[in-house]
Amino acid sequence: MEEDAKGRFSRRQVLAASTALAAATTVAPGGARPAAAGAAPEIVGPGEVRVALRVNGQVRETLVEPRVTLLDALREKLDLTGTKKGCDHGECGACTVLVDGVRVKSCLTLAIMREGAEITTIEGLADGSRLHPMQVAFLERDAFQCGFCTPGQILSAVGLLKEGRPRSRDEIREGMSGNLCRCSAYPNIVDAVADVAEVPR
Amino acid sequence: MEFLRPQTWAEALAAKAELPGAVPIQGGTDVMVEINFDVRRPPALLDLTRVAELARWSAEPDGRLRVGAGVPYARVISELADRLPGLAQAARTVGSPQIRNRGTVGGNLGAASPAGDSHPPLLACGAVIEVESAARGVRAVPAEEFYLGVKRNALEPDELIKAFVTPVAGGPQYFSKVGTRNAMVIAVCSFCVALHPAERRAGTGIGSAAPVPLRALAAEEFLAAELDWAGTAPLAPALLTRFGELVGAAAAPIDDVRGTAAYRRHALSVLARRTLTWAWNDHRKAAERCA
Repeated sequence: MEEDAKGRFSRRQVLAASTALAAATTVAPGGARPAAAGAAPEIVGPGEVRVALRVNGQVRETLVEPRVTLLDALREKLDLTGTKKGCDHGECGACTVLVDGVRVKSCLTLAIMREGAEITTIEGLADGSRLHPMQVAFLERDAFQCGFCTPGQILSAVGLLKEGRPRSRDEIREGMSGNLCRCSAYPNIVDAVADVAEVPR
Repeated sequence: MEFLRPQTWAEALAAKAELPGAVPIQGGTDVMVEINFDVRRPPALLDLTRVAELARWSAEPDGRLRVGAGVPYARVISELADRLPGLAQAARTVGSPQIRNRGTVGGNLGAASPAGDSHPPLLACGAVIEVESAARGVRAVPAEEFYLGVKRNALEPDELIKAFVTPVAGGPQYFSKVGTRNAMVIAVCSFCVALHPAERRAGTGIGSAAPVPLRALAAEEFLAAELDWAGTAPLAPALLTRFGELVGAAAAPIDDVRGTAAYRRHALSVLARRTLTWAWNDHRKAAERCA
Protein backbone atom coordinates (compact mmCIF):
# COMPACT_ATOMS: atom_id res chain seq x y z
CA MET A 1 0.00 0.00 0.00
CA GLU A 2 2.84 2.35 0.69
CA GLU A 3 4.80 1.84 -2.53
CA ASP A 4 5.49 4.72 -4.88
CA ALA A 5 2.93 5.61 -7.48
CA LYS A 6 3.65 3.90 -10.76
CA GLY A 7 1.84 2.95 -13.93
CA ARG A 8 -1.84 3.81 -13.73
CA PHE A 9 -1.63 4.05 -9.99
CA SER A 10 -2.32 7.63 -8.94
CA ARG A 11 -1.86 8.95 -5.42
CA ARG A 12 -2.22 12.48 -4.24
CA GLN A 13 -2.81 14.50 -1.17
CA VAL A 14 -5.92 16.58 -0.68
CA LEU A 15 -5.07 20.24 -0.56
CA ALA A 16 -5.90 21.43 2.88
CA ALA A 17 -8.92 23.67 3.04
CA SER A 18 -7.61 26.42 5.28
CA THR A 19 -4.24 28.02 5.58
CA ALA A 20 -4.00 26.87 9.17
CA LEU A 21 -4.60 23.35 8.04
CA ALA A 22 -2.17 23.81 5.17
CA ALA A 23 0.51 25.01 7.54
CA ALA A 24 0.08 21.91 9.64
CA THR A 25 0.11 19.61 6.66
CA THR A 26 3.08 18.83 4.52
CA VAL A 27 2.67 16.48 1.63
CA ALA A 28 4.09 13.22 2.82
CA PRO A 29 6.67 11.82 0.41
CA GLY A 30 6.13 8.45 -1.17
CA GLY A 31 2.52 8.26 -0.01
CA ALA A 32 3.48 7.79 3.63
CA ARG A 33 0.65 8.30 6.06
CA PRO A 34 0.25 11.88 7.24
CA ALA A 35 0.65 11.82 11.00
CA ALA A 36 -0.65 15.17 12.23
CA ALA A 37 -4.25 15.64 13.28
CA GLY A 38 -6.16 17.50 10.61
CA ALA A 39 -3.84 16.18 7.97
CA ALA A 40 -5.27 15.32 4.58
CA PRO A 41 -6.01 11.71 3.77
CA GLU A 42 -4.69 9.54 1.00
CA ILE A 43 -6.61 9.66 -2.29
CA VAL A 44 -6.48 6.91 -4.90
CA GLY A 45 -8.23 6.46 -8.24
CA PRO A 46 -10.18 7.14 -10.34
CA GLY A 47 -7.97 4.86 -12.46
CA GLU A 48 -6.93 1.38 -11.49
CA VAL A 49 -5.31 0.95 -8.13
CA ARG A 50 -3.05 -1.87 -7.01
CA VAL A 51 -4.86 -3.79 -4.30
CA ALA A 52 -3.48 -6.67 -2.26
CA LEU A 53 -6.23 -9.03 -1.12
CA ARG A 54 -5.65 -11.87 1.30
CA VAL A 55 -7.92 -14.58 -0.06
CA ASN A 56 -8.04 -18.09 1.36
CA GLY A 57 -4.70 -17.56 3.08
CA GLN A 58 -2.88 -16.23 0.00
CA VAL A 59 -2.06 -12.59 -0.71
CA ARG A 60 -3.12 -11.82 -4.28
CA GLU A 61 -2.33 -8.48 -5.92
CA THR A 62 -4.47 -7.07 -8.66
CA LEU A 63 -5.37 -3.78 -10.31
CA VAL A 64 -8.92 -2.57 -9.79
CA GLU A 65 -10.76 0.72 -10.08
CA PRO A 66 -11.99 1.95 -6.70
CA ARG A 67 -15.61 1.34 -7.75
CA VAL A 68 -15.05 -2.42 -8.24
CA THR A 69 -16.84 -4.61 -5.72
CA LEU A 70 -15.09 -7.37 -3.84
CA LEU A 71 -17.38 -9.77 -5.74
CA ASP A 72 -16.24 -8.55 -9.15
CA ALA A 73 -12.60 -8.50 -8.07
CA LEU A 74 -12.81 -12.11 -6.88
CA ARG A 75 -14.55 -13.32 -10.04
CA GLU A 76 -13.06 -11.18 -12.79
CA LYS A 77 -9.58 -10.45 -11.48
CA LEU A 78 -8.69 -13.43 -9.33
CA ASP A 79 -10.66 -16.06 -11.28
CA LEU A 80 -12.37 -17.23 -8.11
CA THR A 81 -15.74 -17.81 -9.75
CA GLY A 82 -17.15 -19.97 -6.96
CA THR A 83 -18.60 -16.81 -5.45
CA LYS A 84 -21.74 -16.11 -7.46
CA LYS A 85 -23.32 -12.87 -8.64
CA GLY A 86 -27.08 -13.07 -8.32
CA CYS A 87 -28.72 -9.71 -7.76
CA ASP A 88 -25.73 -7.38 -7.18
CA HIS A 89 -27.64 -5.43 -4.55
CA GLY A 90 -27.56 -7.49 -1.39
CA GLU A 91 -30.91 -9.24 -1.70
CA CYS A 92 -30.01 -12.79 -2.68
CA GLY A 93 -26.92 -13.74 -0.68
CA ALA A 94 -25.29 -15.74 -3.50
CA CYS A 95 -22.14 -13.62 -3.14
CA THR A 96 -21.71 -14.25 0.61
CA VAL A 97 -18.08 -14.61 1.71
CA LEU A 98 -16.37 -14.41 5.08
CA VAL A 99 -14.35 -11.27 5.82
CA ASP A 100 -12.27 -11.75 8.97
CA GLY A 101 -14.59 -14.64 9.80
CA VAL A 102 -17.77 -12.53 9.48
CA ARG A 103 -20.26 -13.26 6.69
CA VAL A 104 -20.84 -10.32 4.37
CA LYS A 105 -22.24 -9.79 0.91
CA SER A 106 -19.28 -9.27 -1.39
CA CYS A 107 -21.41 -7.22 -3.82
CA LEU A 108 -21.93 -4.57 -1.13
CA THR A 109 -18.31 -3.94 -0.32
CA LEU A 110 -15.51 -2.54 -2.44
CA ALA A 111 -12.40 -4.62 -3.04
CA ILE A 112 -10.27 -1.64 -2.09
CA MET A 113 -11.98 -1.45 1.32
CA ARG A 114 -11.04 -5.03 2.19
CA GLU A 115 -7.26 -4.71 1.88
CA GLY A 116 -5.66 -6.34 4.87
CA ALA A 117 -8.73 -8.42 5.71
CA GLU A 118 -8.79 -12.22 5.62
CA ILE A 119 -11.28 -13.23 2.94
CA THR A 120 -12.64 -16.76 2.74
CA THR A 121 -14.49 -17.94 -0.37
CA ILE A 122 -15.97 -21.34 -1.18
CA GLU A 123 -12.67 -22.29 -2.84
CA GLY A 124 -10.88 -21.91 0.48
CA LEU A 125 -13.25 -23.81 2.72
CA ALA A 126 -11.99 -27.35 2.18
CA ASP A 127 -8.79 -28.52 3.85
CA GLY A 128 -6.97 -29.83 0.82
CA SER A 129 -9.10 -32.67 -0.52
CA ARG A 130 -11.04 -32.93 2.75
CA LEU A 131 -14.31 -31.02 2.47
CA HIS A 132 -15.49 -28.68 5.20
CA PRO A 133 -18.17 -30.32 7.39
CA MET A 134 -20.77 -27.88 6.02
CA GLN A 135 -19.90 -28.90 2.45
CA VAL A 136 -20.25 -32.56 3.45
CA ALA A 137 -23.61 -31.88 5.08
CA PHE A 138 -24.93 -30.08 1.98
CA LEU A 139 -23.91 -33.08 -0.13
CA GLU A 140 -25.39 -35.63 2.28
CA ARG A 141 -28.67 -33.73 2.63
CA ASP A 142 -28.90 -32.95 -1.08
CA ALA A 143 -29.30 -29.31 -0.07
CA PHE A 144 -29.41 -27.89 -3.60
CA GLN A 145 -30.84 -28.38 -7.03
CA CYS A 146 -29.19 -26.06 -9.54
CA GLY A 147 -26.42 -25.17 -7.12
CA PHE A 148 -26.12 -21.49 -8.00
CA CYS A 149 -26.91 -20.24 -4.49
CA THR A 150 -24.95 -23.03 -2.80
CA PRO A 151 -21.56 -21.34 -2.29
CA GLY A 152 -23.32 -18.39 -0.66
CA GLN A 153 -25.55 -20.69 1.40
CA ILE A 154 -22.55 -22.66 2.66
CA LEU A 155 -20.48 -19.58 3.54
CA SER A 156 -23.52 -18.03 5.23
CA ALA A 157 -24.09 -21.22 7.24
CA VAL A 158 -20.43 -21.30 8.31
CA GLY A 159 -20.72 -17.64 9.32
CA LEU A 160 -23.95 -18.34 11.19
CA LEU A 161 -22.29 -21.01 13.31
CA LYS A 162 -19.42 -18.65 14.10
CA GLU A 163 -21.97 -16.09 15.38
CA GLY A 164 -23.40 -18.59 17.85
CA ARG A 165 -24.90 -22.02 17.53
CA PRO A 166 -28.57 -21.94 16.45
CA ARG A 167 -30.73 -23.86 18.92
CA SER A 168 -33.66 -24.73 16.68
CA ARG A 169 -34.69 -25.09 13.07
CA ASP A 170 -36.52 -21.78 13.38
CA GLU A 171 -33.28 -20.11 14.44
CA ILE A 172 -31.53 -21.68 11.45
CA ARG A 173 -34.22 -20.35 9.11
CA GLU A 174 -33.95 -16.90 10.68
CA GLY A 175 -30.15 -17.03 10.53
CA MET A 176 -30.19 -18.10 6.88
CA SER A 177 -32.80 -15.51 5.85
CA GLY A 178 -30.27 -13.51 3.85
CA ASN A 179 -29.80 -16.31 1.32
CA LEU A 180 -32.40 -17.04 -1.32
CA CYS A 181 -32.76 -20.36 -3.16
CA ARG A 182 -34.95 -20.11 -6.24
CA CYS A 183 -35.11 -23.92 -6.46
CA SER A 184 -36.54 -23.75 -2.95
CA ALA A 185 -34.28 -26.39 -1.45
CA TYR A 186 -34.83 -24.74 1.94
CA PRO A 187 -35.94 -27.84 3.91
CA ASN A 188 -32.77 -29.67 2.89
CA ILE A 189 -30.60 -26.62 3.52
CA VAL A 190 -32.03 -26.39 7.04
CA ASP A 191 -31.38 -30.13 7.48
CA ALA A 192 -27.75 -29.69 6.41
CA VAL A 193 -27.13 -26.75 8.74
CA ALA A 194 -28.95 -28.57 11.56
CA ASP A 195 -26.63 -31.57 11.14
CA VAL A 196 -23.52 -29.46 11.58
CA ALA A 197 -25.06 -27.34 14.35
CA GLU A 198 -26.31 -30.53 16.06
CA VAL A 199 -29.88 -29.24 16.21
CA PRO A 200 -32.32 -32.12 16.79
CA ARG A 201 -34.99 -32.70 14.14
CA MET B 1 -14.42 7.90 -9.03
CA GLU B 2 -11.78 8.83 -6.52
CA PHE B 3 -11.40 7.00 -3.27
CA LEU B 4 -10.36 8.76 -0.07
CA ARG B 5 -8.89 6.73 2.76
CA PRO B 6 -8.69 8.75 5.97
CA GLN B 7 -7.04 6.99 8.89
CA THR B 8 -8.38 9.41 11.49
CA TRP B 9 -11.52 11.44 12.13
CA ALA B 10 -9.55 14.67 11.59
CA GLU B 11 -8.46 13.43 8.18
CA ALA B 12 -12.02 12.47 7.33
CA LEU B 13 -13.30 15.94 8.24
CA ALA B 14 -10.52 17.60 6.23
CA ALA B 15 -11.40 15.45 3.23
CA LYS B 16 -15.11 16.24 3.48
CA ALA B 17 -14.32 19.96 3.70
CA GLU B 18 -12.15 19.77 0.62
CA LEU B 19 -14.46 17.53 -1.41
CA PRO B 20 -18.03 18.09 -0.19
CA GLY B 21 -19.30 15.90 -3.04
CA ALA B 22 -17.52 12.86 -1.59
CA VAL B 23 -20.03 10.27 -0.39
CA PRO B 24 -19.16 8.69 2.95
CA ILE B 25 -19.13 4.89 2.95
CA GLN B 26 -19.10 2.69 6.04
CA GLY B 27 -21.06 -0.58 5.82
CA GLY B 28 -21.82 0.09 2.17
CA THR B 29 -25.18 -1.64 2.32
CA ASP B 30 -27.01 1.44 0.98
CA VAL B 31 -24.33 3.30 -0.97
CA MET B 32 -23.17 0.24 -2.90
CA VAL B 33 -26.62 -0.55 -4.24
CA GLU B 34 -26.75 2.86 -5.91
CA ILE B 35 -23.21 2.54 -7.25
CA ASN B 36 -23.68 -0.99 -8.64
CA PHE B 37 -26.79 0.10 -10.51
CA ASP B 38 -25.33 3.44 -11.59
CA VAL B 39 -28.15 5.28 -9.82
CA ARG B 40 -25.46 7.66 -8.76
CA ARG B 41 -21.85 8.12 -9.65
CA PRO B 42 -20.31 10.27 -6.93
CA PRO B 43 -17.07 12.07 -7.78
CA ALA B 44 -15.47 10.45 -4.75
CA LEU B 45 -16.10 7.96 -1.98
CA LEU B 46 -14.93 8.69 1.55
CA ASP B 47 -14.09 5.37 3.23
CA LEU B 48 -14.76 5.72 6.97
CA THR B 49 -14.04 2.11 7.89
CA ARG B 50 -10.49 2.87 9.05
CA VAL B 51 -11.58 5.59 11.48
CA ALA B 52 -11.47 3.48 14.63
CA GLU B 53 -13.36 5.84 16.93
CA LEU B 54 -16.52 5.62 14.81
CA ALA B 55 -16.80 1.93 15.71
CA ARG B 56 -16.91 2.57 19.48
CA TRP B 57 -19.67 3.30 21.94
CA SER B 58 -19.40 4.59 25.50
CA ALA B 59 -21.36 5.95 28.43
CA GLU B 60 -21.40 9.73 28.78
CA PRO B 61 -20.82 11.34 32.19
CA ASP B 62 -24.55 12.17 32.32
CA GLY B 63 -25.44 8.50 31.85
CA ARG B 64 -26.51 8.73 28.22
CA LEU B 65 -24.96 6.44 25.64
CA ARG B 66 -22.79 7.73 22.85
CA VAL B 67 -22.77 5.33 19.90
CA GLY B 68 -20.31 5.89 17.07
CA ALA B 69 -21.75 6.15 13.57
CA GLY B 70 -19.75 3.08 12.49
CA VAL B 71 -21.15 0.60 15.04
CA PRO B 72 -22.92 -2.10 12.97
CA TYR B 73 -26.44 -3.32 13.70
CA ALA B 74 -25.07 -6.73 14.77
CA ARG B 75 -23.26 -5.01 17.65
CA VAL B 76 -26.27 -2.86 18.56
CA ILE B 77 -28.10 -6.17 19.01
CA SER B 78 -25.37 -8.08 20.83
CA GLU B 79 -23.98 -5.27 22.99
CA LEU B 80 -26.72 -2.69 23.53
CA ALA B 81 -30.04 -4.60 23.58
CA ASP B 82 -30.39 -4.20 27.36
CA ARG B 83 -29.87 -0.43 27.30
CA LEU B 84 -31.44 0.42 23.94
CA PRO B 85 -34.14 -2.25 23.50
CA GLY B 86 -36.21 -0.33 20.96
CA LEU B 87 -33.24 0.31 18.70
CA ALA B 88 -32.04 -3.29 19.10
CA GLN B 89 -35.46 -4.60 18.09
CA ALA B 90 -35.41 -2.36 15.03
CA ALA B 91 -31.85 -3.50 14.25
CA ARG B 92 -33.00 -7.14 14.26
CA THR B 93 -35.40 -6.34 11.42
CA VAL B 94 -32.79 -4.68 9.21
CA GLY B 95 -32.03 -6.59 5.99
CA SER B 96 -30.49 -9.96 6.75
CA PRO B 97 -27.70 -11.21 9.05
CA GLN B 98 -25.08 -10.34 6.43
CA ILE B 99 -26.48 -6.80 6.12
CA ARG B 100 -26.60 -6.40 9.92
CA ASN B 101 -22.93 -7.39 10.13
CA ARG B 102 -21.99 -4.37 8.01
CA GLY B 103 -24.82 -1.81 8.04
CA THR B 104 -24.84 0.95 10.64
CA VAL B 105 -27.22 3.41 12.31
CA GLY B 106 -24.92 6.12 10.97
CA GLY B 107 -25.60 4.90 7.45
CA ASN B 108 -29.32 4.92 8.09
CA LEU B 109 -29.02 8.54 9.23
CA GLY B 110 -26.88 9.48 6.26
CA ALA B 111 -29.29 7.93 3.77
CA ALA B 112 -32.25 9.52 5.60
CA SER B 113 -34.76 7.26 3.90
CA PRO B 114 -38.16 7.67 5.56
CA ALA B 115 -38.24 3.84 5.71
CA GLY B 116 -34.97 3.48 7.67
CA ASP B 117 -35.55 1.19 10.64
CA SER B 118 -33.36 3.13 13.10
CA HIS B 119 -35.36 6.32 12.91
CA PRO B 120 -38.50 5.48 14.94
CA PRO B 121 -36.55 4.32 18.02
CA LEU B 122 -34.16 7.28 17.81
CA LEU B 123 -37.19 9.61 17.78
CA ALA B 124 -39.02 7.76 20.56
CA CYS B 125 -35.93 7.76 22.78
CA GLY B 126 -35.07 11.42 22.26
CA ALA B 127 -31.72 10.75 20.59
CA VAL B 128 -29.43 13.53 19.45
CA ILE B 129 -27.30 13.22 16.32
CA GLU B 130 -23.73 14.52 16.61
CA VAL B 131 -22.40 15.93 13.37
CA GLU B 132 -19.05 17.61 12.85
CA SER B 133 -17.17 19.73 10.35
CA ALA B 134 -13.54 20.79 10.26
CA ALA B 135 -14.56 24.46 10.10
CA ARG B 136 -17.27 24.65 12.78
CA GLY B 137 -16.72 21.69 15.05
CA VAL B 138 -19.44 19.54 16.60
CA ARG B 139 -23.15 20.28 16.30
CA ALA B 140 -25.80 18.30 18.20
CA VAL B 141 -29.02 17.91 16.21
CA PRO B 142 -32.10 16.38 17.91
CA ALA B 143 -33.35 13.43 15.85
CA GLU B 144 -36.65 15.18 15.12
CA GLU B 145 -34.77 18.09 13.53
CA PHE B 146 -32.40 15.84 11.59
CA TYR B 147 -34.82 14.53 8.96
CA LEU B 148 -35.70 17.26 6.45
CA GLY B 149 -37.27 15.37 3.54
CA VAL B 150 -37.16 12.16 1.53
CA LYS B 151 -33.47 11.19 1.66
CA ARG B 152 -32.56 14.66 2.92
CA ASN B 153 -31.06 15.36 6.31
CA ALA B 154 -29.69 18.31 8.25
CA LEU B 155 -26.06 17.67 7.31
CA GLU B 156 -24.18 20.58 5.76
CA PRO B 157 -22.03 19.59 2.76
CA ASP B 158 -18.83 19.68 4.80
CA GLU B 159 -20.24 17.74 7.77
CA LEU B 160 -20.02 14.07 8.71
CA ILE B 161 -22.15 12.08 11.16
CA LYS B 162 -20.02 11.22 14.16
CA ALA B 163 -22.37 9.51 16.61
CA PHE B 164 -25.79 9.53 18.17
CA VAL B 165 -26.32 10.19 21.85
CA THR B 166 -29.34 8.75 23.54
CA PRO B 167 -30.65 8.20 27.06
CA VAL B 168 -30.51 4.62 28.32
CA ALA B 169 -34.02 3.14 28.35
CA GLY B 170 -35.81 4.12 31.56
CA GLY B 171 -38.78 1.89 30.76
CA PRO B 172 -40.09 -0.61 28.24
CA GLN B 173 -39.61 0.07 24.52
CA TYR B 174 -41.16 -1.72 21.58
CA PHE B 175 -40.59 -1.49 17.84
CA SER B 176 -42.81 -3.08 15.24
CA LYS B 177 -42.72 -3.10 11.46
CA VAL B 178 -44.96 -4.26 8.63
CA GLY B 179 -43.38 -6.01 5.64
CA THR B 180 -43.98 -8.84 3.23
CA ARG B 181 -41.54 -11.26 4.84
CA ASN B 182 -39.27 -11.47 7.82
CA ALA B 183 -36.02 -10.53 6.09
CA MET B 184 -34.80 -8.17 3.39
CA VAL B 185 -37.87 -6.00 3.76
CA ILE B 186 -38.17 -2.27 3.37
CA ALA B 187 -40.81 -1.25 5.91
CA VAL B 188 -44.33 -0.63 4.62
CA CYS B 189 -44.65 1.26 7.87
CA SER B 190 -43.04 1.01 11.29
CA PHE B 191 -43.60 2.33 14.78
CA CYS B 192 -41.73 2.58 18.07
CA VAL B 193 -42.99 3.49 21.51
CA ALA B 194 -40.71 4.18 24.48
CA LEU B 195 -42.10 4.63 27.98
CA HIS B 196 -40.26 7.14 30.14
CA PRO B 197 -41.85 6.45 33.57
CA ALA B 198 -39.52 8.84 35.43
CA GLU B 199 -40.82 11.68 33.26
CA ARG B 200 -44.36 10.27 33.21
CA ARG B 201 -44.51 10.38 29.44
CA ALA B 202 -44.02 8.21 26.38
CA GLY B 203 -42.07 8.87 23.21
CA THR B 204 -43.11 7.74 19.74
CA GLY B 205 -41.59 7.35 16.31
CA ILE B 206 -43.30 6.65 12.98
CA GLY B 207 -41.38 5.27 10.00
CA SER B 208 -42.16 4.90 6.30
CA ALA B 209 -45.47 6.76 6.49
CA ALA B 210 -44.49 10.36 5.71
CA PRO B 211 -41.71 12.11 3.76
CA VAL B 212 -39.70 12.03 6.99
CA PRO B 213 -39.67 9.82 10.08
CA LEU B 214 -41.66 11.69 12.72
CA ARG B 215 -43.06 11.69 16.24
CA ALA B 216 -46.79 11.41 16.84
CA LEU B 217 -46.89 14.49 19.08
CA ALA B 218 -50.64 14.57 19.73
CA ALA B 219 -50.52 10.88 20.65
CA GLU B 220 -47.64 11.56 23.06
CA GLU B 221 -49.57 14.42 24.71
CA PHE B 222 -52.61 12.19 24.99
CA LEU B 223 -50.61 9.49 26.80
CA ALA B 224 -48.92 12.00 29.10
CA ALA B 225 -52.39 13.18 30.16
CA GLU B 226 -54.14 9.82 30.35
CA LEU B 227 -51.70 7.15 31.57
CA ASP B 228 -51.93 6.28 35.27
CA TRP B 229 -48.25 5.73 35.97
CA ALA B 230 -48.80 4.70 39.60
CA GLY B 231 -51.52 2.21 38.71
CA THR B 232 -51.01 -1.38 37.65
CA ALA B 233 -54.27 -1.81 35.74
CA PRO B 234 -54.30 -2.87 32.11
CA LEU B 235 -54.92 -0.13 29.57
CA ALA B 236 -58.55 0.68 28.82
CA PRO B 237 -59.60 -0.34 25.30
CA ALA B 238 -60.86 3.21 24.64
CA LEU B 239 -57.44 4.63 25.52
CA LEU B 240 -55.70 2.20 23.15
CA THR B 241 -58.15 2.97 20.36
CA ARG B 242 -57.69 6.70 20.74
CA PHE B 243 -53.88 6.32 20.84
CA GLY B 244 -54.00 4.27 17.63
CA GLU B 245 -56.16 6.90 15.94
CA LEU B 246 -53.82 9.70 16.94
CA VAL B 247 -50.77 7.81 15.68
CA GLY B 248 -52.51 7.06 12.37
CA ALA B 249 -53.54 10.71 12.08
CA ALA B 250 -49.96 11.90 12.67
CA ALA B 251 -48.74 10.08 9.56
CA ALA B 252 -48.77 11.58 6.07
CA PRO B 253 -48.43 8.47 3.94
CA ILE B 254 -48.59 8.00 0.17
CA ASP B 255 -49.76 5.19 -2.10
CA ASP B 256 -46.74 3.37 -3.52
CA VAL B 257 -45.54 -0.09 -4.54
CA ARG B 258 -45.29 -1.23 -0.94
CA GLY B 259 -48.78 -0.20 0.19
CA THR B 260 -51.54 2.37 0.05
CA ALA B 261 -51.82 5.42 2.26
CA ALA B 262 -55.05 4.09 3.79
CA TYR B 263 -53.43 0.74 4.59
CA ARG B 264 -50.44 2.45 6.19
CA ARG B 265 -52.64 4.59 8.46
CA HIS B 266 -54.64 1.55 9.47
CA ALA B 267 -51.55 -0.59 10.06
CA LEU B 268 -49.90 2.16 12.10
CA SER B 269 -52.94 2.29 14.39
CA VAL B 270 -52.65 -1.46 14.90
CA LEU B 271 -48.88 -1.28 15.54
CA ALA B 272 -49.41 1.61 17.96
CA ARG B 273 -52.02 -0.27 20.00
CA ARG B 274 -49.95 -3.44 20.00
CA THR B 275 -46.63 -1.91 20.98
CA LEU B 276 -48.21 0.26 23.70
CA THR B 277 -49.97 -2.82 25.12
CA TRP B 278 -46.70 -4.78 25.24
CA ALA B 279 -44.85 -1.84 26.78
CA TRP B 280 -47.54 -1.09 29.36
CA ASN B 281 -47.79 -4.74 30.39
CA ASP B 282 -44.02 -4.81 30.98
CA HIS B 283 -44.33 -1.59 32.96
CA ARG B 284 -47.15 -3.04 35.11
CA LYS B 285 -45.12 -6.18 35.85
CA ALA B 286 -42.14 -4.05 36.86
CA ALA B 287 -44.40 -1.91 39.08
CA GLU B 288 -45.88 -5.01 40.73
CA ARG B 289 -42.41 -6.38 41.44
CA CYS B 290 -41.47 -3.11 43.12
CA ALA B 291 -44.68 -2.94 45.16
